[in-house]
Amino acid sequence: MSVAFDEPMRRKLVQAVADAVIAHAEELTALDQAVGDGDHGLNMKRGFAAVLADLDTIAAQPLPKALHALGMTLVMKVGGASGPLFGTLFMQLGKSLPEQPARADAVTAFAAAVDAVKARGKSDVGSKTMLDVLAPVLAALRQGTDLPAAADAAAQATIPMKALRGRASFLGERSVGHLDPGARSVALIVRAVCGVLETGA
Amino acid sequence: MNVGIVIVSHSPDVAKGAADMVRQMVGEEVPLAWCGGNEGGLGTSVADIIAAIDRAWSEAGVAILVDLGGAETNSEMAIELLPPERQGRVAVCNAPVVEGAVVAATEASGGSSLAQVKATAEELSP
Repeated sequence: MSVAFDEPMRRKLVQAVADAVIAHAEELTALDQAVGDGDHGLNMKRGFAAVLADLDTIAAQPLPKALHALGMTLVMKVGGASGPLFGTLFMQLGKSLPEQPARADAVTAFAAAVDAVKARGKSDVGSKTMLDVLAPVLAALRQGTDLPAAADAAAQATIPMKALRGRASFLGERSVGHLDPGARSVALIVRAVCGVLETGA
Repeated sequence: MNVGIVIVSHSPDVAKGAADMVRQMVGEEVPLAWCGGNEGGLGTSVADIIAAIDRAWSEAGVAILVDLGGAETNSEMAIELLPPERQGRVAVCNAPVVEGAVVAATEASGGSSLAQVKATAEELSP
């Protein structure tokens, strides 16, 4: 990775992630209405709108601190369990990444972030959650394969799964046949980040 | 000083109702706070939980009772964001929110430790 994570790049990354989530808020809410309490899109939109409101402050900081600030904003503003789960993802990336990460740093940091989300949600792969996209993305990152493609495929692969964690688990078998909204959100974020890094590299 | 009790529900009505029951059944000698709802709807908020822990703060610690999953995740996140010297003195109880709050407060009112309060509340969850 020969990307310079300077202020303009940090700004582009945060803006792209926030835009992607906000643009898909209605889709995320529709997905959540099928299996959850129908607030995922609205909650994520509120969280990332707060991130955009703070964009100057966030982007001005070195990458680790910027990621921590972004995560903390999500924790405080998203509401519902998605706040701590997505917040933890970004906060752990902030803890693990150096200011100018190379590819190997990204693998190590992403692995730590996936573990942190597992601990926060007391969950693991196979429960029809965001982890069912995070883990395949980590594998693709290790192998150097296409990350957005891996993320999208993994999100689609949650459709036949039965939810074992989160509100969808209350539905039991009835959760089968629906795309998990948290998984979809992760795929959107991964695609947004990769889009910026590919054009900026 | 008695252990404090925090009630966290997705619904402010449930949280306040449970707190009312604690006050009537246990009395005033236990620090008590509740929070519930998020941005005018149902949900829980990390910031609100941190504020509730602060209101119910006791040097003996604080026991948190929660309803559904997100309340637990948000409470655990809230604990991690407390000042380090407070983090080890707050615990989420694996117990039903209403019964757990009353039982935990009853145990706390007798001067029990946080560990005892938590254990007694968790006897409700087989």
